[in-house]
Amino acid sequence: MPRLKVNGVTIDDTFAEAFGMRATALVITGPNRKWARQAAVTMTGFATSVIGCGCEAAIDVELAQSETPDGRPGCRVMIFTVSTDELQKQLQNRVGQCVLTSPGSACFAGLDGPNELKLGAALRYFGDGWQISKKLGGSHYWRVPVMDGEFVCEATVGMTKEAVGGGNLLLLAGSNAKALAAAEAAVAAINEVRGAIMPFPGGVVRSGSKVGGKYKGMMASTNDAFAPTLRGVTKSELEPDVNAVLEIVIDGETSDAVAAAMRAGIEAVTRLGPVKGASRISAGNYGGKLGKFHYHLKDLLP
Amino acid sequence: MKALTFTLRAEPPERLDLSPLTPQSLAGLDKRAIASIRLGQSKRASTVGDMFRVSGSDPDTIVIEGGSGRFDGVAAGMTAGTVLVVGDVGAQAGRAMRGGQLTIEGDAGPHAGSGMRGGRLEILGNAGDHLGAPLAGELAGMNGGVLVVRGRAGACAADRMRRGLIAVLKGCGDHAGCRMIAGTLVVVGGAGAMPGYLMRRGSILLDRAPKSLSPSFVESGAPDSVFAALADRHLIAEGILKRPMLGKAPCKYGGDNAVLGLGEILFPA
Repeated sequence: MPRLKVNGVTIDDTFAEAFGMRATALVITGPNRKWARQAAVTMTGFATSVIGCGCEAAIDVELAQSETPDGRPGCRVMIFTVSTDELQKQLQNRVGQCVLTSPGSACFAGLDGPNELKLGAALRYFGDGWQISKKLGGSHYWRVPVMDGEFVCEATVGMTKEAVGGGNLLLLAGSNAKALAAAEAAVAAINEVRGAIMPFPGGVVRSGSKVGGKYKGMMASTNDAFAPTLRGVTKSELEPDVNAVLEIVIDGETSDAVAAAMRAGIEAVTRLGPVKGASRISAGNYGGKLGKFHYHLKDLLP
Repeated sequence: MKALTFTLRAEPPERLDLSPLTPQSLAGLDKRAIASIRLGQSKRASTVGDMFRVSGSDPDTIVIEGGSGRFDGVAAGMTAGTVLVVGDVGAQAGRAMRGGQLTIEGDAGPHAGSGMRGGRLEILGNAGDHLGAPLAGELAGMNGGVLVVRGRAGACAADRMRRGLIAVLKGCGDHAGCRMIAGTLVVVGGAGAMPGYLMRRGSILLDRAPKSLSPSFVESGAPDSVFAALADRHLIAEGILKRPMLGKAPCKYGGDNAVLGLGEILFPA
């Protein structure tokens, strides 16, 4: 495989393969930054992969008071699924169980679009007849009386069919500490990109997977080609001095957001350099036949 | 194109029905056809030509120069465009309008914005009784849109209101928001006796505690309110208020429990 080097970091001539998804976004606010974040974190918990969690979700960006509809601190969160029905179900369950329940929270649409999902329009029944519908300007809110006052929730939220899931970077390093440093640098950079989330713990995956496995019924199994301890016994992608690989998985509102996020990640990792961080950047794909979106690393260099 | 302008020649000798002078009904009419429209409601049957000097040609922007308390039904039923009245108007200004913008620079008579469903009606002076209210026999009053009175409104403002926003900025008479079905009424400058009398649902937002209330309203606490923040910000964004009115945790009375009791009166703590 021909390779490039940027600031001493080798860039593989390969591509990340990603898939079309459905996505929506919410603006969750709270009485202060801590509780706005808490509602958002709880609501996006256990949402790392559509394979086991039904959806992929995370905080996109934190919003200042001036950027939210009610003038309180907030977070924009994004949720990705493979189907509209699943997105509606996940949205309703997660907002109902995690945002409605969080002290002082409110929930607003974070995305406009021709396709709409029910938000407050589904949760209003919690009000048991005491809920209040309110239209201000072009917005429709539901106000549900709860024990600390009122849960205010926008009636509907837009959905995009242009979303992309599965953009990724593989960061190969000489030690676990260096791999983690590179991953943290990439996550910090990608956090600044609007419209892109990293659904795995802290944005990082250590158990990258391949499709299928030797056991029946396994949809995914360990990515042995990138597992350092299997270097001698499997068709490995790793050179002798690589001892740890971490992956960054990216979902974006648009294909451009995924590309921008990958570009930011590569820039951060190459800036850190091979001495403190990763010695090589690669990407995961399935040969290019499964996913509609291909992100070639050589097109995303800083 | 210049705004289609109707300049009043002299104080009208009879009540005039100005409802034919809307952008949609004047579209495509030539000057002669416009001048022959009958406005007078008595046997005099004054026409546009008798009452006004007509100039300009763009029916999407209509200006009525010179007002009179005898101008009834100004811009009634308008659906789009703008109508500006430089002066006072009589009864039922902007009645049943569905879209566009009507601005009245003077005072308006009773039933301004009666049964309006959309668009924006702004009265820079005072409004009479029954602002946005239904005519006798109608089941609902205002049904959508935005109605702003920069001056004072008379009694029974927002009577049987069902949807939309009414804002009165220099106080209003008794029974504001009586029999409200839903929607939002904002009163700055104090409401008269018993606001929200027999209201079913809807919100009445005041800048001060009401001086008298129907006894079937109940005090309902003052928790932090996201809705108050949304309402304050919306009113500022619409150019209706300059600064927040309700604040973070307004006081609330719920009622009117003589009827459904799902309405609310909010005012700053």
